[in-house]
Amino acid sequence: MEFFRIKRDIPFMSYGRLTTTISLVTFVLAVFFLFAKGLNFSVEFTGGTVMEVQYRQAANLGDIRDRVDALKFGEATVQSLGTSRDVLIRLPSRQGVSSAQLSERVMGALKAADPAVELRKVEFVGPSVGEELVTHGLTAVIIVCLGIMLYLALRFEWRFAVSAIIANMHDVVIILGCFAFFQWEFSLTVLAGVLAVLGYSVNESVVVFDRIRENFRKAAMRNKSVSAIIDNAITATMSRTLITHGCTEAMVLSMLVFGGPALHGFAIALTIGIVFGIYSSVLVASPIALWLGVAREHMIKPQKPKDEAVV
Amino acid sequence: MNRYPLWKYFIIVVALVVSTIYTLPNFFGETPAVQISSSRQSIPVDTALMGRVEDALKAQHITPDGLFLDGSSLKVRFRDPDTQIKARDTIQQALGDNYIIALNLLAASPDWLTKLKAYPMFLGLDLRGGVHFLLEVDMKAATDKTMERYAGDIRREFKDKKVRYGTIKRAGNTLEVQLRDAATLKAAEDAVARALPSLSFTSDENSYKLSLTLKPEEITRIQGDAVKQNITTLHNRVNELGVAEPVIQQSGANRIVVQLPGVQDTAKAKDILGRTATLEVRMVSDDQGMMAEALAGTVPAGYDLLDELTPRGPQKILVKKEVELTGDSINDAQASFDENGAPSVSINLDSTGASIFRQVTAENVGKRMAMVLVEKGRAEVVTAPVIRSEIGGGRVQISGSMNVAEANDTALLLRAGSLAAPMNIIEERTVGPSLGKENIEKGFHSTLWGFAAIAAFMLIYYRVFGLISALSLGVNLFMLVALLSMLQATLTLPGIAAIALTLGMAIDANVLINERIREELRNGVPPHSAIQAGYQHAWATILDSNITTLIAGLALLIFGSGPVRGFAVVHCLGILTSMFSAVLVSRGFVNLWYGRQRRLSSVSIGQVWKPET
Repeated sequence: MEFFRIKRDIPFMSYGRLTTTISLVTFVLAVFFLFAKGLNFSVEFTGGTVMEVQYRQAANLGDIRDRVDALKFGEATVQSLGTSRDVLIRLPSRQGVSSAQLSERVMGALKAADPAVELRKVEFVGPSVGEELVTHGLTAVIIVCLGIMLYLALRFEWRFAVSAIIANMHDVVIILGCFAFFQWEFSLTVLAGVLAVLGYSVNESVVVFDRIRENFRKAAMRNKSVSAIIDNAITATMSRTLITHGCTEAMVLSMLVFGGPALHGFAIALTIGIVFGIYSSVLVASPIALWLGVAREHMIKPQKPKDEAVV
Repeated sequence: MNRYPLWKYFIIVVALVVSTIYTLPNFFGETPAVQISSSRQSIPVDTALMGRVEDALKAQHITPDGLFLDGSSLKVRFRDPDTQIKARDTIQQALGDNYIIALNLLAASPDWLTKLKAYPMFLGLDLRGGVHFLLEVDMKAATDKTMERYAGDIRREFKDKKVRYGTIKRAGNTLEVQLRDAATLKAAEDAVARALPSLSFTSDENSYKLSLTLKPEEITRIQGDAVKQNITTLHNRVNELGVAEPVIQQSGANRIVVQLPGVQDTAKAKDILGRTATLEVRMVSDDQGMMAEALAGTVPAGYDLLDELTPRGPQKILVKKEVELTGDSINDAQASFDENGAPSVSINLDSTGASIFRQVTAENVGKRMAMVLVEKGRAEVVTAPVIRSEIGGGRVQISGSMNVAEANDTALLLRAGSLAAPMNIIEERTVGPSLGKENIEKGFHSTLWGFAAIAAFMLIYYRVFGLISALSLGVNLFMLVALLSMLQATLTLPGIAAIALTLGMAIDANVLINERIREELRNGVPPHSAIQAGYQHAWATILDSNITTLIAGLALLIFGSGPVRGFAVVHCLGILTSMFSAVLVSRGFVNLWYGRQRRLSSVSIGQVWKPET
């Protein structure tokens, strides 16, 4: 079996204008939603209390809401979580009332209605912790970008490094944009997923760049134009790109289906990340590299005998 | 061509054997057990204790499945949770209060595995249920308390040296002393320089003002000590909860993480952690008649019959109800050595405590005083030394028949009375045990089905090479689990997600290799050379892409916290094992399969389509 029976190189670079427009539009939209709607940060970032309770039979959300509101802990949200028996209760953080009292009293009120209710999870985060997480998360993103750029610049060429990072950030911003648009909860686990996409998507660009470099060094390719060389590299790696991503996607989908609510956000972030990862590394990173003016000389000059042996 | 030297096969076999051994404990599950450890350094857990536990269980006709000493604790296995709980009660009755008796789960793997230090993976709280607290120590309160103490010390010092001073005012971390003239200012400077070297001072010659500030290194020390003391106090309190493997660690400069696996009663846990125990100094009555009366059951009015904690077990002691001094006056208690080099406990009292103490000791020379720790309405005598002479100056030394371990215990108990500074819970996470079990199941199923889908696809698409890829992916999973078990890194739900994701990404290396081999075959290269070239070309790409992924993983590890870090640890380890399995192990399989055949006409790597020319 062979999925990809491509006779001629696909002229990806000639679609450059179209793909760049698509990317720009999605990017701008994502940024717009990020600012207009904002991310729906989880309790880990905002501070507050989240409780997960389970009932024996379908829970009466209205009744629970009334009972929680009667405690006057501020604006509480009550929603079902996955099944009708699982309920998620969210309470804002308040000065003066410790988390201990908060969850105890809510449980007391719920137990009064139905003694069979079971406390599954409590999460309380003070407001100062959240701010720290945001700073740490941003630092991590910056360090990842710098580290990857440095490595790519050393191993390939700065033009590749810059275009890979732009393609990557494009993926990350689009994931964030989706989370903002649909108001999905953005938790620490989702952040881990987004940062994993950062590493994963670069992976993809590296494979294409590797091929481009190899093509530059091939004698048979000497007379081809730079864009033809890039087209050939992308076409040659096409089938591996789709198969690999398909496999990773299968794993991520399995997490989405079987992982339950705890892994839901993580799996969604990766699903979007993988789809856009394919697109951006093929149709964003390479046109940018071309536009930045990669040329044969950049690749051939640092050729050392040691490199010969590897490639 | 395509043959490995023997040593490469040897490395693969060794890696496989080692990973199998260390993965094994994860399959055996866990058995209920009771864990007994000592609450004091001076009470050892030894074979004598083992005998006592055995006898106590035998008397109740409970037969343990196993009984062994593990470091500083004794672990007893039981058949089922019912027996475990019955045994816990029996042991508790037999041993009394000097031991911490906790329910625990022990790995059910055979002894030879345990001897090899092969344990199952260490599960995080989100997988096994329990409570997690992040506490923040109020550092300002800690330095304030120290400044108050110094103010007292300065007053005492000036009084001793007969330096006349006006007022002592405290403003933040600065003490301002108003003096009368240049001469007293000079005298004050000398006194401070000699007695309190940890303070730096500046003097204003015009207004005769002396400003004393804490040196920066002194502030760091105070804050470090405050966190340490609070951790010690927390340890004591957690011991009372009977948690088998509590984690109490410093996290950052002023935070403490407390993790109590298996604890369900969070209200009680919070209650105990937040409690303030009090220490009281009370006088002892050694009157034989009254003691006999008390022991007979009628305690004289105005007295309490309490237990004194001694290395020989609790002993009865008769103590007056009247409290002379409370633990609030104790600034610090440390194990030390007296002038004869014998182990002792040094106590540092604040100024009010010091003057009361001087008075009490002056009136009661020759008598015994008791240090009583009151917790949850229950009083216990920590130590009851004899007063030899009047003690002034707020520095008290208790010495006598004790060894270093006992001195440490006593100092710890005296300190346990108070927290160095108040703490706030800034993060709390409780996970019920049923949710933990579900999380494990869900994580396991995600990985299993994802793996199955990938393996099935590879097998259909790449045939023998697909089988080899799937096998090396399996080896990767094996090695990753073994590595996690070996390092005893905490596995959380994001960690399981990382296992799944790493497997999904690791297959990339094999796809790269297989596609490369197909490409070479398409170009008409003979099979053996195609395999060789495929692996060689793919290697540079695999290395590059894995290193970039590793950079991202390491940054997560360094800057991430909580779930992010749990994810990153597994992710980074997974990248390392995948490089080994995808390249070295899969090549090993290929070489075993095809390398034997000198003339290879075709390889099974699925259909290789050739464009018509």
